[in-house]
Amino acid sequence: MLLSRRWIVMTAVLAIAAATAGTGCKKSKSNPFPASGAVAGWEKSSETRTFAAKDLWQYIDGDAEQYISAGVVSTSTSDYKYKGQLEAVVDVYTMGDSAGAKKILETGQTPDAKSVQLGDACVAYGQSVIFRKGPYLVRIVAYEATPDGPQALLALAHGVESKL
Amino acid sequence: MKDRREFLKGAATGAVLLGSQGKLALAGMMAPRQEKGKSRVVVARDAGLGAGAPDEKRVLDLLDHAITTYTGRAKPSEAWNSVGFPHIHKNHVVGLKVNGLGGRGISTHAVLIQAICERLQQAGVSAGNIVVWDRNARDLGACGMKISTDPSKVRCYGSDVAGYEEQQEAWGVARIRLSKILTRECAVVINVPILKDHEMAGLTFAMKNMYGVVDRPDSLHANNCNPAVADLNCIPMIREKICITIGDALSSVYQGGPGFHPERLWYPNALIVGEDRVAVDHTALQMLDRKRVQAGLPTLAAAGRASRYIEVAADTQHNLGVNDPKRIQLLEV
Repeated sequence: MLLSRRWIVMTAVLAIAAATAGTGCKKSKSNPFPASGAVAGWEKSSETRTFAAKDLWQYIDGDAEQYISAGVVSTSTSDYKYKGQLEAVVDVYTMGDSAGAKKILETGQTPDAKSVQLGDACVAYGQSVIFRKGPYLVRIVAYEATPDGPQALLALAHGVESKL
Repeated sequence: MKDRREFLKGAATGAVLLGSQGKLALAGMMAPRQEKGKSRVVVARDAGLGAGAPDEKRVLDLLDHAITTYTGRAKPSEAWNSVGFPHIHKNHVVGLKVNGLGGRGISTHAVLIQAICERLQQAGVSAGNIVVWDRNARDLGACGMKISTDPSKVRCYGSDVAGYEEQQEAWGVARIRLSKILTRECAVVINVPILKDHEMAGLTFAMKNMYGVVDRPDSLHANNCNPAVADLNCIPMIREKICITIGDALSSVYQGGPGFHPERLWYPNALIVGEDRVAVDHTALQMLDRKRVQAGLPTLAAAGRASRYIEVAADTQHNLGVNDPKRIQLLEV
């Protein structure tokens, strides 16, 4: 009887520990979006929207096919604002594996891309930063060009990368 | 494309919809300068618009320039009046089908939408009889528009509010349900797409913009959207109600579309106007390909993304317009 009670307690403790660990892991993976103020100057200006692969067309229509063929599982997106002025969008594509993320990043590259050390690979342009880390492909795009935009976008990219 | 005789016959028997009557009015009005047997397309440019957010006044002037050239009338007021809206559609609703799918940065510009609304009202269409619409509130927001259903003002809302018809429409491979804004609200529609590269279709502009009037556009993407784009435009309600395209080529993406790719952004600073949607798309495709070559990229055809739906739309089965340059009267101003 005593043995049985000990066994129950141990099982319960292990279950709680496993559940906590699982939740923690899930939380960090499912919320790669920095909160307002977490990255200097940046505010999260919209709710996060998430699209399953089958619904991705609702967000990017014709663009969806290339992500689906590369094995996208889901896509999350949120708007951001820098110092109350520069508006940007952060898209986080969760691919089936890192090969899918690599495929998308390499397909979209242009000769004027500037290589940056972030995640597994990263390219930056005047108004956008695109990087991959494991199965994640992150695209951060500003809606206008500003002098401090490139640095601000990179800072936000680092903020996202640290949460993946 | 229907010729004038067919339109007259249709109008006399009441078989054509208001959209076709709009076409008739426009065709008749343009006769003095229209080259016989040719579809007129106007490309109006203003290099002074530059890059960045377009200036309101310059866009209005550019719109006037495009419409006066297209109609052959000297004054904007005469041009818009001759388009036929006040006479035929005084008590009917004119829709503006815009395109905000690409998100902020690559959607139909609000300044152009507002300029068209302003001129329509000056031509006699009441504000409440103008509806600016797209798939949903998010797309309209991307265009810079605010949702409004106030009947005393220009209305602006999406198919997410109006809903889609229960009954499925079919033409060729297109099996879709139409937005109630198209079927029940609008007598005629002015097509106001934005010029873009498209990952699958090659070009997205006049005809492809109709993907935004159906419930499941994702079902029309197979085989580089061919023949789906052409088939979709043959659905009677779409064929007849879309009376003219005033295409936004103020800014564009020449690669990586249809989403916003600032690294591939380009400012043609142009409007492309025409009733013949096939001729408009053919003209837009030439512009896009020229830019791609200039940027060191292959043409869409060489990239394996030829917009074959354009030639299919021109074939005898679809008969939506012409894509033969010899049959297009291109006016570049």
